[in-house]
Amino acid sequence: MDTFEYRRPGTVREALRLVAGHPDAEIIAGGTDLVTLLRDRLRTPARLVDINGLPLDGLRWSRDGVRIGALCRNAVDDPRLAAAYPVLVEALRAGASPQIRNRATFGGNLLQGVRCPYFRLPEFACNRREPGAGCAAVDGDGRLLAIFGTSAACIAVHPSDCAVALLALDATVVVEGVRGTRRIPVGDLHRLPGATPHEEHTLRDGELVVAVEVPASPFAARSTYVKFRERASYAFALASAGVAVHSERGVVRDARVCLGGVAPKPWRARAAESALRGRRLDEATIEAAADAATEGARPRPDNTYKVDLVRGVVRRALTELRRET
Amino acid sequence: MTRPGRVRAVLAYFGGPATWRTALVPRATGAARSRSHPWRRHSTVVRMDEGTSRRAVLAGGLSIGVGAAVAPAGAVAGAPAAAKESLLTLVVNGRREKLRVDVRTSLLDTLRDRLALTGTKKGCDQGACGACTVLLDGRRVLSCLTLAVMHEGSEVTTVEGLAEGDRLHPVQRAFVDHDGFQCGFCTSGQIVSAVGLLAERPGVTAAEIPELMSGNLCRCAAYSNIRDAIEAAARMSREGE
Repeated sequence: MDTFEYRRPGTVREALRLVAGHPDAEIIAGGTDLVTLLRDRLRTPARLVDINGLPLDGLRWSRDGVRIGALCRNAVDDPRLAAAYPVLVEALRAGASPQIRNRATFGGNLLQGVRCPYFRLPEFACNRREPGAGCAAVDGDGRLLAIFGTSAACIAVHPSDCAVALLALDATVVVEGVRGTRRIPVGDLHRLPGATPHEEHTLRDGELVVAVEVPASPFAARSTYVKFRERASYAFALASAGVAVHSERGVVRDARVCLGGVAPKPWRARAAESALRGRRLDEATIEAAADAATEGARPRPDNTYKVDLVRGVVRRALTELRRET
Repeated sequence: MTRPGRVRAVLAYFGGPATWRTALVPRATGAARSRSHPWRRHSTVVRMDEGTSRRAVLAGGLSIGVGAAVAPAGAVAGAPAAAKESLLTLVVNGRREKLRVDVRTSLLDTLRDRLALTGTKKGCDQGACGACTVLLDGRRVLSCLTLAVMHEGSEVTTVEGLAEGDRLHPVQRAFVDHDGFQCGFCTSGQIVSAVGLLAERPGVTAAEIPELMSGNLCRCAAYSNIRDAIEAAARMSREGE
């Protein structure tokens, strides 16, 4: 690890001043990802800005939904959250071990680095780590990598479970910068790799995630998260689905089907949502939606199994929601 | 004990089947990238000389690990910038400790190397194994994934801080009674994690324990006894109240 200047601001304004115009500054919150990136010298900031002293934790409820502070830990244990947004609480629980969730924050979870092993091991070429270096994963072992949204430059998967749930809930990321506050829909926070995989998100220089807003919505309460992984717990998703359904008189009015573990960003399966809208949630509809969720998949020879897993997670999530009524 | 073997074993646990990580290696050399593989870079043979204690070897092995990961890595990139330091106060096991730390030092290394509290173990040093679990202001966390400098004024409880004199903590007692270990390397992490778990959820059921202890790996697979020990400790603490 290279040495750095350590700063611990007490206000958001002070934090923004420490990062704006300092591209070599890095923000640390829970640190559960960044500390490993620093240790492996994948990130070498000259200045480390520790934001744990900022008043950005806690939940704030209103008629419109809940505002979750960026420093709220992933271990958040709030019965009201579990009742209003089951998909979110289930995704958090599936996300990591209790020790990690006690430290990991909402903001950090959204902005964590990809887990592509070629990104994590510096002796391999990686366009995301080093623009223009090439992508060792494309000719390498791609079993765990993406089947949607890839490019010739990068096939990494975004590892967050929480972000998939937030996408299914139409959540918004609140960002503060020296020029003020703006709101970014969760689905627009991460970029697809295209030719520039090193541009991972749409935050501007010096902007800080301060909160996530989850709106009250008719489908939030009837939602669930299903995650397939290589062992029963404490592993990243091979494929996962955050699904929410709003029905009236037995007919689906609106739905969200979002996928994790299969794309460089939390992936919205709009074709699956269309397959649900206006139909009864019966076996045939579930099967059609599960199939539609794979639309646009471009697997590699070694991860075609993920197409089946996508069908499986969507089918299982919808079947669970069907039982709930 | 060499670092590569240890790292690879833990990564195999963490990242998926061993084949996933090991499959990468031949390609690394095949790709003939200029820098050596990190596993090789960290590879150092620790020879057990006569009279060398296990602790000395472990400590030596550790400092080699740390050295390989920190100091020479900086040197590789040319002249490293002077290490930045910071004054830090921690309350460790009820004792106020004032020390000057390199800003890069993990909480784990601070506990082990600066405060000689070697009960907290360094397994993977990347958040996969749970051997380094401590209580930070009462909540269980991984001490390898956080920097000491971030915890000015915090209270840290390590496995050394659980017993009262010769009286074992109920969770420690339960691990002994239920044979909740074999080689013992993961045990301090398991016990501290279990203490944290019981604080989070005093009414925990046997069925919930495996998931809630999923952050602590045991290569000897003493899991069923660990679960029994934690269940017994939970029951005892509920009945004791």
